[in-house]
Amino acid sequence: MDQTSMVTRIDEKARQMRLDIVEMITAAGSGHPGGSLSAADIVATLYFGGVLKHDPERPDWPERDRFVLSKGHAAPVLYAALAEAGYFDREHLTTLRQLGSILQGHPDRKKTPGVEVSTGSLGQGLSIANGIALGLRAEQNPASVYVLLGDGELQEGQVWEAAMFAAHNHLDNVIAIVDNNGLQIDGACADVMHLGEIAEKMDAFGWAVFSVDGHDPVALLDAFEKVSEVDGMPVAIICKTIKGKGVSFMEGNADWHGRAPNEEEHTCALDDLGCATGNEETANV
Amino acid sequence: MSKRATREAFGATLIELVADGVDVVAVEADLSKSTTTAKFQAVHPSRFFNVGIAEQNMIGTAAGLAVAGKVAFTGSFAVFATGRAYDQVRNTVCYSDLDVKLAPTHSGITVGPDGGSHQMVEDLALMRVLPGMRVLVPADFNAARAALILAAETPGPFYVRLGRAAVPEIYDASTEFELGKAYVLREGSDVTLAACGVMVTEALQAAELLAKDGIRAEVIDVMSIKPIDIETITGSVAKTGAIVTCEEHSVIGGLGSAVAELLGEYVPAPLARVGVKDVFGTSGDPAALMAHFGLTSEDIARAARGVVERR
Repeated sequence: MDQTSMVTRIDEKARQMRLDIVEMITAAGSGHPGGSLSAADIVATLYFGGVLKHDPERPDWPERDRFVLSKGHAAPVLYAALAEAGYFDREHLTTLRQLGSILQGHPDRKKTPGVEVSTGSLGQGLSIANGIALGLRAEQNPASVYVLLGDGELQEGQVWEAAMFAAHNHLDNVIAIVDNNGLQIDGACADVMHLGEIAEKMDAFGWAVFSVDGHDPVALLDAFEKVSEVDGMPVAIICKTIKGKGVSFMEGNADWHGRAPNEEEHTCALDDLGCATGNEETANV
Repeated sequence: MSKRATREAFGATLIELVADGVDVVAVEADLSKSTTTAKFQAVHPSRFFNVGIAEQNMIGTAAGLAVAGKVAFTGSFAVFATGRAYDQVRNTVCYSDLDVKLAPTHSGITVGPDGGSHQMVEDLALMRVLPGMRVLVPADFNAARAALILAAETPGPFYVRLGRAAVPEIYDASTEFELGKAYVLREGSDVTLAACGVMVTEALQAAELLAKDGIRAEVIDVMSIKPIDIETITGSVAKTGAIVTCEEHSVIGGLGSAVAELLGEYVPAPLARVGVKDVFGTSGDPAALMAHFGLTSEDIARAARGVVERR
């Protein structure tokens, strides 16, 4: 597939995932749309842009790349990708957060095919990714470990314990992606607890750092391509994103960190995402 | 009688496990000499990972290694491995049901001079309440070896409580443990002494003291706090009619609480809990601290006479 076709594919998958995110959170009546939407292009690029080596038919394939969603509250973006990839039937999406669902409020490896580790308590994913990477390296397994962190999550001290560890152990099979949407529950990260220059911090911790537009598949593909050129050190890809991206009234608004749309908002959201609503027939955009 | 600390079994047993074909790794947080994981590192450097002074990362890294198929042991001291990294143990190890085996050393007040900040007497309570966590408290070196092997060979999370102080040997080198089994070390008909860890020796000595008074004490090593051996403990109490629990841990949340729960549900009987009485530790040498906190054989014998009178 040439790059233009690949980018078209990623854009289409990301749009479908955003629709699924809005639909499932609306159906659940709770959840975290803002940080799910901000990460949609990143996760779509990983799963559908040929970045992550994976096989939905063989979720236990030993040489698969591992994906760890450290910002576990963005579970809907992962579930949307896994359903789209075929890890489980799409019908499960609207059971999100309900009793008996395979789709828990936060990722649960024991319940959901394709989920590598349970997450939800912030700050732990990078440590887990490092451990997986050590295990893979010990077996001469060529797989990589991709871990997606929130920027607010970087306020957790454990992230920096793990950042030191990855560099100290030359874990070049670890790729940390930061969804840098600039917002957290209580407001702007810069107001709540200023993170400073994330790229400079990671660089100072001994990581190879790339900074990209997290909504541009071309830039994301380019960054992931460069990862293979890095030797002997872990890689951080700092993705500048917009919280709530794709839904106009959610964009850049911290209030949409963790609440579900009501009926009216749901309709508006679907319109924003180019999906016909109501009874009239409209061509798919 | 030779004396060795349970912690001495840690590094040695990990080496033995690798020799037996178990895919063991150890993650340590800058205490490898104290916990004896340094001995494992010396033999298997590629299976040893030091995270530095970062206990939360220690647990998380071990969890990742377990996800990758390893049997991951973690070190550090009991106070840090359980307290400081509690959320990591709960949300990453237990919630994911991973093959992470916490075997921190320096539990209890027999840590000695380091004082209350380092004497962990709440760890059993913290670990026992976690779904999926199994909790073992070995009484001597050979018991520690057996407990570590049991933890390595049984899937899922384990907490093996190890200590710093050298303790007399009760078990022989060929000892093997079964998960969820308590071991009757001395039979008796008048009172049950249920003990774990360093307190098993004290309980056996208490039984000798009680024998002089004509009280026949049954001594049970409750090596497995969770799952707990309901049958052996309630069976013994049904026979003796009274019980004393003995632990180098708070009387809240550990063996005493576990036994009280069993008595309440199955065989109501007089109970006395010998343990640390809801206070923090303090500096001192281990023997002096055992006396200070009322954890000696004399204290157990006194408690036993009390429950026998209440029968």
